Amino acid sequence: MNTQGKVFKYKDNVDTDVIIPARYLNTPVAAELALHCMEDIDKDFVKNVKEGDLIVAGWNFGCGSSREHAPLVIKTCGVSCVIAKSFARIFYRNAINIGLPILECEEAAEEISAGDEVSVNFDTGEINNKTTGKIYTAQPFPPFIQNIIKKGGLLASLKEADNE
Amino acid sequence: MGMTMTQKILAAHAGLDYVSEGQLISAKLDLVLGNDITTPVAVNEFEKAGFDKVFNKDSIAIVLDHFVPNKDIKAAEQSKTCRQFANCQCISHFYDVGKMGIEHALLPEQGVVTAGDCVIGADSHTCTYGALGAFSTGVGSTDMAAGMATGMAWFKVPSAIRFNLTGKLPYNCSGKDVILSIIGNIGVDGALYKSMEFSGDGVQNLSIDDRLCICNMAIEAGAKNGIFPVDEITQAYMTNRCERKPVVFEADKDAKYDKVYEIDLSKIKPTVSCPHLPENTRNAEELHDITIDQVVIGSCTNGRMEDMEAAYKILNGKTVAQNVRCIIIPATMQIYRDCIERGYVTAFIDAGAVVSTPTCGPCLGGYMGILAAGERCISTTNRNFVGRMGHTESEVYLSSPFTAAASALTGFITEYKEVQ
Repeated sequence: MNTQGKVFKYKDNVDTDVIIPARYLNTPVAAELALHCMEDIDKDFVKNVKEGDLIVAGWNFGCGSSREHAPLVIKTCGVSCVIAKSFARIFYRNAINIGLPILECEEAAEEISAGDEVSVNFDTGEINNKTTGKIYTAQPFPPFIQNIIKKGGLLASLKEADNE
Repeated sequence: MGMTMTQKILAAHAGLDYVSEGQLISAKLDLVLGNDITTPVAVNEFEKAGFDKVFNKDSIAIVLDHFVPNKDIKAAEQSKTCRQFANCQCISHFYDVGKMGIEHALLPEQGVVTAGDCVIGADSHTCTYGALGAFSTGVGSTDMAAGMATGMAWFKVPSAIRFNLTGKLPYNCSGKDVILSIIGNIGVDGALYKSMEFSGDGVQNLSIDDRLCICNMAIEAGAKNGIFPVDEITQAYMTNRCERKPVVFEADKDAKYDKVYEIDLSKIKPTVSCPHLPENTRNAEELHDITIDQVVIGSCTNGRMEDMEAAYKILNGKTVAQNVRCIIIPATMQIYRDCIERGYVTAFIDAGAVVSTPTCGPCLGGYMGILAAGERCISTTNRNFVGRMGHTESEVYLSSPFTAAASALTGFITEYKEVQ
């Protein structure tokens, strides 16, 4: 599986309150919530993001609240992958559970710039910065987690296990 | 090699004699928790996946606390979704308005969590229950849905950082100052993916409320969980309270820790986290030039009885400074009632504060105390991210109830001893 898109770049400790502010959490509807994705740190994100684009960020992406709405709005906006130096643990779990691809790669997260055109191969973990020509390799997921992703999320994988 | 306290609880719930760091396990859950924001998403996932029955109606807790009494029509719809699901599934631990409290104050108080438990909650501050010697961690709504359906969750066994506590806190400090200073020291990802295990002679000098507050903010250091050993104080708290029999786990003597920090509680100072990260800590005494517009005393971090007592001690017979709004929110109906019976509510109102029924409200910028552009609040809550309590140009300073109440009297950041 591959994806390619333009990069939106953010710093360390991007918290789930700025990904989707709690003042909007009076609805569980993803399409409604997605209109406010990142607005507290990047007012133009929703206007500019296109299907397939990527978010690249520093350490501890998705820290704070456990709201699953956070990876959900990022996915609903069309973002195909988040690359960061590290992820906060609940965000990491949630992203896997809802099927938002995420990759940990310190070097790529450091060097890739906003606006770069980047492609990702999820099978190999290869990140290709088409703008600079540099190639990086991210940590692959353990097989257990790969299986959840392959089955289309946690609940789908549970249902399948149930039927076996 | 020995196991940490967390690893032993996880091993027992996975039906294994031994687990080690990094191992992926599937563990049995004693309790699955959700609130009025995260439960509707979980219910949707649960139903979408075709599940029709929860694994055990007595092992699920649904607490309406974030936006109740309903702040608007949309919030009312979310509460309704929770209520219908809870009624339909005969969930025994469903807490609606009148019985509810802020989940992480309510569940220990009501004896729904106990020592040795393995708990997941679709709320990041689920790590609070480590104070009673449980393994307890925050997850998302899909994990909640899976937990409700199967009674199981997958975990990657964490390594641990040990905090060896000695001595006794000064009179003007509480558990909040301990955890803020730890986060200031190790940073907001200082314990990422790890357990924070507290130990040492100093533990006996910390009340249950202090321990609940300390474990509550383990997530603010990125931790998977925070945990205290079970001692006589824990046992006394759990007796005649907990529904299930406590099971006591202890870390092995030869357990391995990634790092050990020595913390002398007597050296802790009143600590404040400045905007916009909990790790930006300063001593309260250095912040006299920070004027404030609002004070919030409450939340899952500091809305318990000892926090109300601290506020009462400082506000009783005094007057909140001009141009300061002081909002006090007891975290559960029991605490609210006790505050009324003890005369605290009268004293708070006489001082010029307002007292609300339990709600998470202002902590996450929901309602009941939203800040305008340029406004500042000193708050006993747990996060001070950009826009957390309102406008993106507002600021939140995190502190203990002592420091927050003292600041309410002066209108600038002030520590307890300065208003005595």
